[in-house]
Amino acid sequence: MHQSMLDYASRRYLKIALLLCGASVIAYLWHDPISPPNGGTWLGYTLGGIGAALILWLTALGIRKRAYSSNLGSLQGWVSAHVYLGLSLILIVTLHAGFQVGWNIHTLAYVLMMLVIVSGIVGVVAYLRFPEQLSANRAGLNATQMLQEVDDLDQRAERLITNLPIEIGHAVRSAREHTRIGGGTLAILTSRDRSQVELPAADGVIRLQANDSQNRLLDWLGTQLSRSTDGELSRRISDLINIVAARRVALRRLQRDARVRGWLDIWLYFHVPITFALLGALIAHVVSVFLYW
Amino acid sequence: MSERYHIAVVGAGPGGLSAAARAAQTGVSHILLEQSPAHANTIQRYQKGKHVMAEPGILPLRSPLKFEVGTREKILGEWADGLGEHQVNVRYNADVTAISGSRGDFRLTLKSGEEITAEYVIFAIGLQGNPRRLGVPGDDLPCVQYTLDDPDEYKDETILVIGAGDAAIENAVALSKQNKVIIVNRSGEFARCKDGNLALILKHIEEEKLDCLYKTQCAALSATPEAEKPYLLTLSTDKGEINMPCHRIIARLGAIAPRKFVESCGIRFPSADPAALPELSPQYESSVPGLYVIGALAGYPLIKQAMNQGYEVVESIMGRECAPADEPLLAKKFARLPGRQSVSEVLAAMQSTIPLFSDVNPLMFRELILGSEIHVPATGEAIFRRNDYTNTFFSILSGSVEIEVGEGAGARRIPLGAGQFFGEMGLLSGRRRTATVYAGKDCVLIETPRRDMIKLISSVDAVREVIDRLFITRTIQTGFAPKASFEDLQSIAARAKINKFKPNQVVFAEGDHADSLHLIRNGSVSISRTMGGSEVVISYVAAGNYVGEMGLLGNTSRSATVRATVPTETISLDAAAFGELLDHNPELRAEMEGVMRKRVSSNAQTQASAEDSGGLISFMIKQGLGEATDILLIDESLCVGCDNCEKACAGTHGGTSRLDRAAGPTFANVHVPTSCRHCEDPHCMKDCPPDAIRRSPSGEVYIQDNCIGCGNCERNCPYGVIHMAAPKPAQPGLLSSLLFGFGENKKVEYDKKALKKAVKCDMCKDLSGGPACVRACPTGAALRVSPQEFVDYVTTEAAER
Repeated sequence: MHQSMLDYASRRYLKIALLLCGASVIAYLWHDPISPPNGGTWLGYTLGGIGAALILWLTALGIRKRAYSSNLGSLQGWVSAHVYLGLSLILIVTLHAGFQVGWNIHTLAYVLMMLVIVSGIVGVVAYLRFPEQLSANRAGLNATQMLQEVDDLDQRAERLITNLPIEIGHAVRSAREHTRIGGGTLAILTSRDRSQVELPAADGVIRLQANDSQNRLLDWLGTQLSRSTDGELSRRISDLINIVAARRVALRRLQRDARVRGWLDIWLYFHVPITFALLGALIAHVVSVFLYW
Repeated sequence: MSERYHIAVVGAGPGGLSAAARAAQTGVSHILLEQSPAHANTIQRYQKGKHVMAEPGILPLRSPLKFEVGTREKILGEWADGLGEHQVNVRYNADVTAISGSRGDFRLTLKSGEEITAEYVIFAIGLQGNPRRLGVPGDDLPCVQYTLDDPDEYKDETILVIGAGDAAIENAVALSKQNKVIIVNRSGEFARCKDGNLALILKHIEEEKLDCLYKTQCAALSATPEAEKPYLLTLSTDKGEINMPCHRIIARLGAIAPRKFVESCGIRFPSADPAALPELSPQYESSVPGLYVIGALAGYPLIKQAMNQGYEVVESIMGRECAPADEPLLAKKFARLPGRQSVSEVLAAMQSTIPLFSDVNPLMFRELILGSEIHVPATGEAIFRRNDYTNTFFSILSGSVEIEVGEGAGARRIPLGAGQFFGEMGLLSGRRRTATVYAGKDCVLIETPRRDMIKLISSVDAVREVIDRLFITRTIQTGFAPKASFEDLQSIAARAKINKFKPNQVVFAEGDHADSLHLIRNGSVSISRTMGGSEVVISYVAAGNYVGEMGLLGNTSRSATVRATVPTETISLDAAAFGELLDHNPELRAEMEGVMRKRVSSNAQTQASAEDSGGLISFMIKQGLGEATDILLIDESLCVGCDNCEKACAGTHGGTSRLDRAAGPTFANVHVPTSCRHCEDPHCMKDCPPDAIRRSPSGEVYIQDNCIGCGNCERNCPYGVIHMAAPKPAQPGLLSSLLFGFGENKKVEYDKKALKKAVKCDMCKDLSGGPACVRACPTGAALRVSPQEFVDYVTTEAAER
């Protein structure tokens, strides 16, 4: 309906970031130090200063985000600037380092910064791609309604099985009790379905069996339907199959919703802690540089 | 031989208690009659521990009984103590069924058949009324109840719920969780309930969670103590009688408003309008001499007002001079007026200067002025400006004002003199001001809040007629005939008709003969056309505008269907009346034709884009677009669900978010979260005892601190955006969260006994940067729009596609 954070204010911050990068590249090419390019030249200090200032300002987004009555620009503007100026760090800091790496605190700070940026890129991609998937998957339902949908289907199934043979009732109830979607972070992010159902196995003994996507139950109900000779019974079983199938769709909707929301969240769990590690490394880097001056 | 008293007080609510206590205190022979078994029946029914407020704070209390802010228990206890201390002669379970006689000799008949005579009667029965009874043999058995306090109290019972209104549905659904419930509906459908409850009950019936008997009425009830279910209700259905064994019967048949009873005692009301108040003298004496009316029934819903009146009425009966408690407040208001007149002299002068108020009874006028403000603006000062959202009503006490009609170069100033009034547009339509008004020389104005003015209009027909006629004239004038003379238009206005439409009712249909124009007085309408066999909504028109103007010129048929989106009133002008005006005014005809031409071309444009956007517009109309002034929308293609909007709202509003992002419906990526729409004619404002809900000049509807926590607004809001909340302690700041663990998600304990007050969106009117929810959205998904902006946006977007 309106512009995304990348298009904010006619991409004002993209232009600023490009300008900053362009100026840095020109200065780097024009600058001809005696020693090979490194952080110790006047250009190195300038680029380093700009980089450090940017990192501090980028971190300040966390504060601005929580300053709800702040009049310091809209949060969307801050995020837009955060993305473009954050990306410009890749170039500015690399030039600041003069392409030198080593096993030291300086390179550690550099690597941490790159990790923060990479996790940020993951976040940007997630923010741009997933909301539409989330909305399409929900098909106009909200979170409560999605749960309600499953609940309603369970209640309809419960009423139907009172008029069905006891083993069908048992199977449907056990499938409901052993519905296991979601769980840990990994299970959510991969949409793992560990649902089970109690059904007669090949040897005739009732056992817990895997029932991901309610497939086993549907399969078994299909068999029951094909074996039924009573017209009324067949009609009821096929009604039940419709309900179980609708329940499968509703469960999948919930699963997909949780997965997408998981991906929308997970990157921040890397982005923010690594940022703090980066701040630590950055302080160590700056202090050590000035100590050995 | 009947008992005889000097004063009989009917009803032991706050007003009646105070009157009886004052009579007792001064040693007058008296009796207080109460139909229920305890005093202050309404307050007794409040939930345990509920806070009772003592609004209005500026009014001093004048009563032998104590009353200040406190819990229900404390107040009831103090009143009970007061009754004992003053030895008030009170009789409970005394239901007065008739009052006859006149001053000095009233006869009160009780339900028990007893008769009481009294020289004076004070009527303080409130507005609650009595629940309508089943009205069948056996309806006095203990299994019949007319209220339901706690549905979870009953389990595994067979319960019959009688009625088809909101209360019956809510009770039946709540009881069906643990009981077998049968709802008995006299008609063939549920036609008297809210949409939400209709959906709820139909769903429960469809899912067989409860049974429903349609077209069924109760015939008789009997006890069957030996059976498993101890009562037997006989029902008559359209297929014959059936017997239904049960444990309990909940009858929710509504209440019988006390008005009929009041009228049967001879008390006159000025109009048939259900909101009308009885005719009363400044001493609260009704049209029956010696019979006094106080409290909610007299139009004073607040406890303190009623208590003061109880005291004052007893003083007045005893012939003791007693200026009303509000006298010093009025005197203060009048302090800025020139000359030294007493309060009653000023009030009388106001009524004689302003013809609109001349027929209003002095008591009602006093109350009106008590709620009003007196202004003495400097010459040239703007009273209000075009497009302001204020909705107060102004009367000119002296001097003059100038109304600026039109904009820019075409603007003209129309003078208005003493005795006239303005601001009626905002009053009736709830819309923005249509003109700017400047103060003239020596101007003194009375500014009356909308609520008080509406109360007056519904009580006094004469006031309504005068205001309506002026509204019509001024709307035509500002709408499309600015050059027509006021007198010419008045003759048309006199022939105009006022029409009322229910939501979704057709104002006129596509293809109808077009013979009139409709000015929308309040509410709004949708415009739709038939496309490809189905009706597609193409636009919506708000109050203060007009539709069907083509009907005034030439003989055509309607090109579109117009429906009311919310309860709507229109004023229709027929072509014949207008034709006469145009016939002897060629200049006006040319002007009108110009307006029409513009309309035709803009209609053609919307037609092109309508098919694509129609679905979205009708979805939005269902979400309250028709009466909204500003809606929060979320673009789901951008929303990442971070809830920063809610956090920002909570962070800037005492810890409670006023919006629920995840709730609410979605259509084509447009999500409408549960958040205030700032309606034109806010439902929440309709029944607020302390008048705490206000609209600021820039349009925000907000709740002031004097909210008493009654919950009326929460119930009245059709969009569920108001809720009751206690203030929460401040959250730990970011730094302390970082240092001492993330406290943001930690549950903060708060005082459970703290008074819950109503909270709702105030569009961050006190923050200079505007709504925090929108500014705190990291992806730009949240936005606030006015309905017009929304419709324009959707149609231009569709046209570009």
